[in-house]
Amino acid sequence: MTRIVIVGGGTGGTVLANRLADELGPELDAGDVEVVLVNDDPDHVYKPVYLYVAFGERTPADARRPLTDLVDPAVTLDIGRVTGVDTAAKTLAFADGAEMDYDHLVVATGADLAPAEVPGLEAGGHHFYGPEGAERLRDALAEFESGHLVLSVVGVPHMCPAAPLEFVLMADAWLRDRGRRADVDITYTYPIQRAHGIQSIADWATEAFEERDIELRTFTNPDAVDPETQVLETMEGEEIPYDLLVAIPPHTGSDLVTENGLGDDGWIPVDRHTLEATDLEDVYAIGDAADVPTSKAGSVAHYEAGVVADRLASEVRGQVPTATYDGKTICFVESGMDEATFVEFGYGETPVVREPSQTLHWAKLAYNESYWLTARGLL
Amino acid sequence: MSEPLQPDVTVDSRGATCPGPLMDLIGKVKPADEGTVFELRTGDSSSKNDVPEWVEKAGHELLDVVEHEDGYWSIYVKKV
Repeated sequence: MTRIVIVGGGTGGTVLANRLADELGPELDAGDVEVVLVNDDPDHVYKPVYLYVAFGERTPADARRPLTDLVDPAVTLDIGRVTGVDTAAKTLAFADGAEMDYDHLVVATGADLAPAEVPGLEAGGHHFYGPEGAERLRDALAEFESGHLVLSVVGVPHMCPAAPLEFVLMADAWLRDRGRRADVDITYTYPIQRAHGIQSIADWATEAFEERDIELRTFTNPDAVDPETQVLETMEGEEIPYDLLVAIPPHTGSDLVTENGLGDDGWIPVDRHTLEATDLEDVYAIGDAADVPTSKAGSVAHYEAGVVADRLASEVRGQVPTATYDGKTICFVESGMDEATFVEFGYGETPVVREPSQTLHWAKLAYNESYWLTARGLL
Repeated sequence: MSEPLQPDVTVDSRGATCPGPLMDLIGKVKPADEGTVFELRTGDSSSKNDVPEWVEKAGHELLDVVEHEDGYWSIYVKKV
């Protein structure tokens, strides 16, 4: 019997498990293949919900559903924490002392937040990348009547490269709706010389910022925060005072990756087209854990999962795998509280930013609801 | 002709779209020790200008920019 083990039940791991259940149905029924999905939480978490939590539009509970509701019954669901990977012996060790052999391993352990990497950031800054952070930010925004709101992209790489833009554009609209905008200055800081990594998105955002009186500061890489004096200090030697700091914190890959030597900084080097780990045998990596030159975004994990499902199905059947990933990335980008735009691109491509519209905003909200079909491998 | 530089860290951003080569480099430079030498590999011609501009602003040292025949550049940077 061939055992495929997927470690991580986020978007990539869950979509992959369900796609494999679909593609390898006869082999699973015959007992020739086993697909195991291991996650350390019985729930699946859809992280994009947290942006809306900050504005009081959703709750953290909206982001969670039990994996048992999402994963095909043909998949063996194992709720536990993998702590050890021996790629030579092809075994996994669990925190509870259990062990498991595998024939094919897929690492889909995602990204974690590491705000402690920047002194003062935990005490001085807010974020919307997790349930507690988003709720704390919601409460701070609710009471924020006047002053300097600074959104700073501190950590690179980070999940969802569109989210910082979305936050300031939504905050601008949210504050205007409540009559507070005249008393609030908004600043957006970005590490490189423009407002976003992709030129066309940067151009669009720069124009939107000018229209909405949002200050853009480029080449700004904060390396410390002073929570007492409420000042952001940068690698470039500048100081930025703030009254409410919303930061994109530094990110790191899973401890499982770093502690088992699977990749530096927690990201696993892979062939960007096949997603096979370059230095490890019979190991794939997908989603944020994979070190590919595109966004750490749910759409990337989703499309990568489809490619790896095809490749693993071919391998199980003794065929040469031919499916490849071309860097396909799709992002809906909120550009206010009731309008959004949409971009799509692959490796080396520059996307066209569509004119923002209410229809695209509704499309984003509709997708957020239908995401649960994506997790089931249906959409 | 001088010997090729020996980087401590190689950042391979060839084909990078989002967030881009300079972001990849900054992410590596930030936690590194002073004196660490980086090689950024990029096929993005605008990075030839963007990276030195940031290196100067952040006070690091641009060691060299080498163009390769197969369509990419190696930009060598030392963290100061």
